[in-house]
Amino acid sequence: MILIHCPYCDEKRAELEFAYAGQAHIARPADPSALSDEEWEHYLFIRANPRGRHHERWRHIHGCGRFFNAVRDTVTDKFETTYKAGEPRK
Amino acid sequence: MTGYRLPMGGRVNRQTQLAFRFDGATYAGFEGDTLASALLANGVQLFGRSFKYHRPRGLLGAGSEEPNALISVTRGPGRFTPNLRATSIDLYDGLEASSQNRWPSLKFDLGAINDRLGMFFPAGFYNKTFMWPRSFWEKLYEPAIRRMAGLGHPPTEEDPDHYAATYAHCDVLIIGAGPAGIDAALEAASGNGRVILIDEQDELGGGALSDPALWPWLDRSVKALAASPNVTVLTRTTAFGYFHDNFIGAVERLTDHLADVPHGPREKLWRIRAGEVILAQGAIERPLVFDGNDTPGVMLASAARVFALRFGVAVGRSIALMASHDSGWHDIFALAKTGVGIAAIVDVRDAVSPDLLAQAEALGIPVHLGHSVIGVRGRLGVKAISIARNGGTGVADLACDALLMAGGWTLTVHLWSHSKGTLAWRDDLGAYVPDQPNENVRCVGACAGAWSFGDGAVIDILPTPKDPTRAKAFVDFQNDVTAKDIKLAVREGFRSIEHIKRYTTNGMATDQGKTSNLNGLQIASTALNRPVADIGLTTFRPPYTPQTFGALAGHAKGPLFQPTRKTNIDSWAEENGAVFELVAQWRRARYFPKAGEDMHAAVNRECRMVRSSVGIFDASTLGKIEVVGPDAAEFLNRMYTNPWKALEPGRCRYGLLLKEDGFITDDGVSARLAADRFHLTTTTGGAARVLNMMEDYLQTEWPDLNVWLTSTTEQYAVIALQGPNARKVLEPLVEGIDLSAEAFPHMAVREGTICGIPTRLFRVSFTGELGFEINVPSAYGRALWERIMAEGARFDITPYGTEAMHVLRAEKGFIIVGQDTDGTVTPQDAGLDWAIGKKKPDFVGKRSLARPDIVAPGRKHLVGLLTEDPNVVLEEGAQIVADPNQPVPMTMIGHVTSSYWSEALGRSIAMALVVDGQNRMGQSLFIPMPGQTHVAKVSSMVFYDAEGARLNV
Amino acid sequence: MTRFSAMSLFAKALGGHQGWPEQWPDAAPKPAYDAIIVGGGGHGLGAAYYLAKKYGITKVAVLEKGWIGGGNTGRNTTIIRSNYLYDESAHLYDHAVKLWDGLSQELNYNTMYSKRGVMMLAHNVHDIQSFKRHIHANRLNGVDNEWLTPEEAKAYCPPLNISPDARYPVLGAALQRRGGTARHDTVAWGYARAAAALGVDIIQNCAVTGINRGPDGAVTGVETTRGSIACKRIGVSAAGNTSVLMQMAGLDFPLESYPLQALVSEPVKPIFPCVVMSNTVHAYMSQSDKGELVIGAGTDQYVSYSQRGALHIVEHTLAAICEIFPIFRRMRMLRTWGGIVDVTPDRSPILGKTPVQGLYVNCGWGTGGFKATPGAGDLLAYTMAKDEPHRINAPFNLDRFRNGRLIDEAAAAAVAH
Repeated sequence: MILIHCPYCDEKRAELEFAYAGQAHIARPADPSALSDEEWEHYLFIRANPRGRHHERWRHIHGCGRFFNAVRDTVTDKFETTYKAGEPRK
Repeated sequence: MTGYRLPMGGRVNRQTQLAFRFDGATYAGFEGDTLASALLANGVQLFGRSFKYHRPRGLLGAGSEEPNALISVTRGPGRFTPNLRATSIDLYDGLEASSQNRWPSLKFDLGAINDRLGMFFPAGFYNKTFMWPRSFWEKLYEPAIRRMAGLGHPPTEEDPDHYAATYAHCDVLIIGAGPAGIDAALEAASGNGRVILIDEQDELGGGALSDPALWPWLDRSVKALAASPNVTVLTRTTAFGYFHDNFIGAVERLTDHLADVPHGPREKLWRIRAGEVILAQGAIERPLVFDGNDTPGVMLASAARVFALRFGVAVGRSIALMASHDSGWHDIFALAKTGVGIAAIVDVRDAVSPDLLAQAEALGIPVHLGHSVIGVRGRLGVKAISIARNGGTGVADLACDALLMAGGWTLTVHLWSHSKGTLAWRDDLGAYVPDQPNENVRCVGACAGAWSFGDGAVIDILPTPKDPTRAKAFVDFQNDVTAKDIKLAVREGFRSIEHIKRYTTNGMATDQGKTSNLNGLQIASTALNRPVADIGLTTFRPPYTPQTFGALAGHAKGPLFQPTRKTNIDSWAEENGAVFELVAQWRRARYFPKAGEDMHAAVNRECRMVRSSVGIFDASTLGKIEVVGPDAAEFLNRMYTNPWKALEPGRCRYGLLLKEDGFITDDGVSARLAADRFHLTTTTGGAARVLNMMEDYLQTEWPDLNVWLTSTTEQYAVIALQGPNARKVLEPLVEGIDLSAEAFPHMAVREGTICGIPTRLFRVSFTGELGFEINVPSAYGRALWERIMAEGARFDITPYGTEAMHVLRAEKGFIIVGQDTDGTVTPQDAGLDWAIGKKKPDFVGKRSLARPDIVAPGRKHLVGLLTEDPNVVLEEGAQIVADPNQPVPMTMIGHVTSSYWSEALGRSIAMALVVDGQNRMGQSLFIPMPGQTHVAKVSSMVFYDAEGARLNV
Repeated sequence: MTRFSAMSLFAKALGGHQGWPEQWPDAAPKPAYDAIIVGGGGHGLGAAYYLAKKYGITKVAVLEKGWIGGGNTGRNTTIIRSNYLYDESAHLYDHAVKLWDGLSQELNYNTMYSKRGVMMLAHNVHDIQSFKRHIHANRLNGVDNEWLTPEEAKAYCPPLNISPDARYPVLGAALQRRGGTARHDTVAWGYARAAAALGVDIIQNCAVTGINRGPDGAVTGVETTRGSIACKRIGVSAAGNTSVLMQMAGLDFPLESYPLQALVSEPVKPIFPCVVMSNTVHAYMSQSDKGELVIGAGTDQYVSYSQRGALHIVEHTLAAICEIFPIFRRMRMLRTWGGIVDVTPDRSPILGKTPVQGLYVNCGWGTGGFKATPGAGDLLAYTMAKDEPHRINAPFNLDRFRNGRLIDEAAAAAVAH
C-alpha cells in the first residue's frame, strides 16, 4: 500500500485514504460541441499510459476530499511529487 | 540413551513430558520440542511421501525451509490443517498428527509404483501424452492425475477459529532474531525510536539456539530487549511480504502451539509501516545433488546440529558427512562432542584447511577427501553409503544410519527481493547477495553475505561413475525434480530459468525453492554452459512461507465482511416480518407478507392498497446531496441534462445525469429550496458515485463556481406516503404547510414541521398516485413512521416494499436506472428526450450524444411490451426476436428489462429495450423461451393513468 | 518435429530421455521477414502459428523481449469461458472456445483444457436479472449457459456456502459447462513448437525499440535490441506494453495498464471441481490439476508497470473467498504474483488494423485475455494475412471509440439501483 502526500493536508497518508482519478491535465474543452469526433474521442478516451513518469490525479477521498495532481513513476510506483489542482504541470 | 534423545543438552525441558500421536502411534516428547525433533528422538526417520513418485522421505532441514516432512494436524471439529512442516510444529500434549500423500500407509504406499515407472514420468511428461483418444482426457486421464496430485487432504468443515488484524508503526523493524538481528535490535533499542523485532521461531536466537556457547549472551540480550519500553518483540511471527513504501505484512501464530485452544484469535495479521527495515533473515544450507540424496536419514548438516544442540536429539547413531563446504565439518565436530558416533567425513574437495583435518583426527573421524557419495542404501532409512574417488575409482561402502549434506549456503534474500532491491552474484559464495536497495532497508548478518561459514566449493552435481541417466539425484525434493529433469528441460530448448522452473516445477513446491533454486540454477548453468548470473533468477514473491487464508481475511467475516447499511426504520420492518433484499450495501424491505402470503400475494395486496387507499414506504436509502452556493443552479445546469436556472424555489424537477460518454448514469427528483440551495436525490446505489463525479467537475473543471456539495443521505429518513388517502393521513400531523392541491401542487417542496419535527416535505410520486415524501432527521424516522401508521390506521394504511414500488412505477412507465438502463442507454434511447434542455449549449455528456453511432438509426429504445396472453409474466432478461423461426444463432433485437404482474390492470406488463422500438408500436415480437415462444406487442411504457389524473388531485 | 505420444515417451525413456530435440530452436533475427509479431505470449505465438498454418506465410518472426509466455500468458488464472452478453463478444469468445476444443491434438501438445464448468454466482435481485439476460442471450446465440438454483449450485460445487444468512447469500448461479481451465504455459510452448516446425522464428530476449515507417507512412520494419529487421506487416500483441509500442509508431491509444494480482494455495487433494466466480463479492477460484486453489485477485487502482500489487488487495480477495467457501479459511496461501493488464474504455479488446498501413494490433484484453488465446491468434493472423478484419473481430476496431459503438460488457452488467 503506497504512501501518498496530500498537498492540501501536507501529510503523507496510506493509499486507503485516496482514490485514483486517472491521467492529469486533461482539461474538459470549453465548448465540446465545437470539437470534431476525433478531438472528442481524444479527450474522452486517449490516455498516455507511459512506462515511467506519469501525471495523474488523486482524490484524498477519506481525508480532505480534494483532488490533486501527482507525478509518479509507473515502473517503480514511486511518487516524484504531488501538487494542488490548478498548479502548472510539473 | 533412550531412542535417539541425547543424555543431556538442548533447550528442551526434560521435566515436562508431552504425549502425542503420529499416524495412530503414541509417542512422548519434551516441552520445547518440535514435532520433528520429538519424532526423531523416538527413532522415526520416515515422515512423508513425495509429490510425484511417492518416494519415502525424512527430514531435510530443521526449520521453515523443510520440503519433505509435511504433516496434517487435527485438533477437533473444523480444526484440521494439512501441509504443516513437522519442523515448525511446536509440540504440545495431545498433538494428533498424521502423514500425507500415501495409501494405505506411510511405510507401504501403493503410489510408489510411480517411482518404479519414474523413467516414463520425466519433467513435462503430461505435455506429451494423454491426448488420445481425445475424450479420455476429461473422463480418465485428468481425474486420475488430480487424484494423484495434491499433498494433504483439504479441510472439509468450517473453521471455528477467528483471526485478528492490526496496524503498527515503528522507526526500525528488524526481521530475524539471530545474533545479527538481536544486535541490530539492541542498537536500535538504545535510541528513542519505536522498534519491532520479529522472528518466526518460538524463541529468539536463530542460529544461536544451536550454539550453547552463545546462550549466556542470548539470555542477557533477550532480557535487555524485554526491558526496553520502546521495543516490541514478536515471536512465532513470520514477516511474509515486503510491500511498497516499507509496508510489511506479518502473521503471528497465537494458539497452534497450545494444548488447549483458548478463547481468542488463532493468528494475527500485523500490517507494519516502518521507517527503516533491517533484514537479518540468515541463510539456508544447500543440499548436495547425488543419487539417493532423498533417502530418509539424509539431511542438511546444519539441521543435524540444530536437532542435537537445540533439541538434544541425535539424527543417527553413526553419522556420515558429505561436504563441499567447511561449515559441515564444524557441525560434525559439534555432533561428535555430544557423543554421537561419526562414521566418516567425505568431502568432494581435494584439500581442506589443515586445521579441519587436525580436528577430525583429534576426534578420530575418518576423512575421505576428493571423494563423493555416489549412492545410498536403504529405502525407508539410510543403511550405508557408497563413495568413490572423484574420477570414479575407489568405490567403497561405508555403513552409517544418517548422512549429512553440507553444500554451502543460500542467503535468504526473499524480502529484500520483494522490496525490489537488486541482487548481485558472488562466485566465492556461490550465491546471490543484496546489492542496491529500493527502499530504506539494509541487510545484516548472514543474509547480507557478512557471516563467515568458512570456505566451500560450489558444485552442481557430485561426480559419479554411474550412468547419470539412471541416477535419482534430487534438486527439488518435494516436487521430485531431479538433476536429469533440469538437463532434459535444457535439452528441449528451455533456456530461461523461468522456463526451466515452469517445465520441471523446480522451486514451485510449498517451500518455494528455499533449498532447490540455487542447485537448479547451477545445474542449468552447467548444462547451458553459461555463467549463473546470465541465466537470471526466478522472482521471489510473497509470502515467504505459506500463510493462512483466515489470517489474511482477518475480521472481515460474516456480518463484518462488509457492513450492511440499515435505515432508521429498518428495525420496524424487521419486527413486522419484512422480507429483505440487498441493494448495493443497503438492505431494504422487499415486501411485508401476512400470514399465508407468498411474495406475489403480498405484493398484489400492497399494490392494491396504494392504488385504493394509502401505502407507506421507507425511501431513506435514496442518495441525497445538498448543493449550496450562489452558483448552485449554474452547476446543476452543467451537470444534468435538464435546465435548472428557471426552476423556482419551492419546486422540484426530475434530473437526468449522463456520464461524459453520453450514457445515463443516474437520475432523481431534486428540489430547489432557495435561490442558492438544492436538495438533490440520487439512486440508492449511485449516491457515492454521483457525489464523487460532481466533486470532480466542481473542483477540477469549474473551480470558479461558488458551490458546496454535502452528502446528506444519512441525515434524513425519508417516508413515502402514496395513495388517494395520503393527504388525509398527513393533514392532522403537519404544521405550517398548506397541503391543499392549489397551495402544494405535484412536484413542489415545502418546509415546516410534522409532529413537531422539522421536515422537508416533497409532493412527489413514484407510483402515479397522490404522494408525499417526508424528509426528517434520521433519528426521528421510526418514531414518525409509527405515528403515521397510527394515523393511517383508519385508512388501513399499508406498508409496502421495493417489489410493490417496482410494480407501481412500472405501471406508470417510470424507469429504474441500472435495471431499465444498463450503461449503454442514452436519454433518447430511454424515451427521455423531454428531460434534455434543448437550449443549453453544453452539459456533461452532451457532445457524446452527437457521435455518429449515437445518432445513427437502429439503436435500442425503451418501450412497453404487452404479452398476447395477459397471464404470462415474461422473465426479466428474456431476449426478443422478430422472427421466432430463424435458426440459432438468432438475431436478437432486444431484451425485457422489467416485467411484473399488474394488479391494477389485471394483466402482465413489461418494459424492454428493442431495436428501433419507438417505431414498432403495435408490432408483435417474439420471446423464445425453453419449450415455448411468447408473443408480445410493443406499446407505450405508460400502462396506467396515462393522462396523470390520479396525480393532480 | 518429434511427434509427442505415449509411444514416443516410452521409446525415449528407454534411451534415458537423451533423444528429445529442442521443442523450438532459439532463433537469431534475420534481416527481413514477411510478417513480425511483437510479443511472444499465447496470442502472438498463436498468430504466428496460424499465419504459417492457414495462410502459408512462414517467413514470420515472433519477437519477445523476455521469455515466451512470460507475460500475462504465464500469470493468469487460466479460466476459459464464452458466456458473454453481446453478440459481438459471444461470437469472439466462442470462436476461441471452439478452437480450445481440439487444440491439444492440433498442436500435438497437451494444453490440458478441462471443461469442468464455470459457475457465476448471483447474490442479489440485480444479479439474477443480469445473469438471466446473459443466459437467454447465450441460448439464442448457441452458447451454453444455464441457470442453477442455490441447491443445484451447491451440488455442482460442494464447498459453496449457500446459507441464506450469509452476508451475500447465493440466490442462484449461471453455469457454462463448456467453460473451464487449461494449463497456461503449455499453450505458449505448444504454439511455439508447432509454429517453429512450420518455419517461424521464435526470437527471445529481443525487445522492440522502434517501429520504422516509409515515406508513405506504411511500416517498413522494426528496430530491436538485436538489430534492425525489415518487414511490411507487424502485428503487435503485447498486452500491457501496447501503449509504449504504439507510441513508437506515433499512435496514441485508448489504453491504461493496471497491476492485477493472483494467488495460489498449497496443493491439496481434489475438493473443488469447477470454476466459481462472484462479481458481487469479487472472488473467483478453481483448483489446478496439481491441487492448488487458484484465486484471482483484483487490480490496484492506479496505472503501473511494476508487476507488484498491494497487500490489501490480497486481504480483500481472501476475505471474499472465505466468505463464499468458509471451509477454506485454514488453507494457506503459497504464492502471490502480479501481471499488467491493458484496459480499454469499454473493457473489450481492440483487434484489427491501425491507422498505420501494415501495423496491426491485438490488445485491451484486460483481465480476460487467456480464454481468448487461440481465437485472438487466429483472428490476428487472418487480419494480417488479408489486410482486413474477419467478421468476428471487425466490431473490435479502434473506430468505435470515435463513433460511440462501444461493446461494454461491464456497463451492461450495470450497477445496483
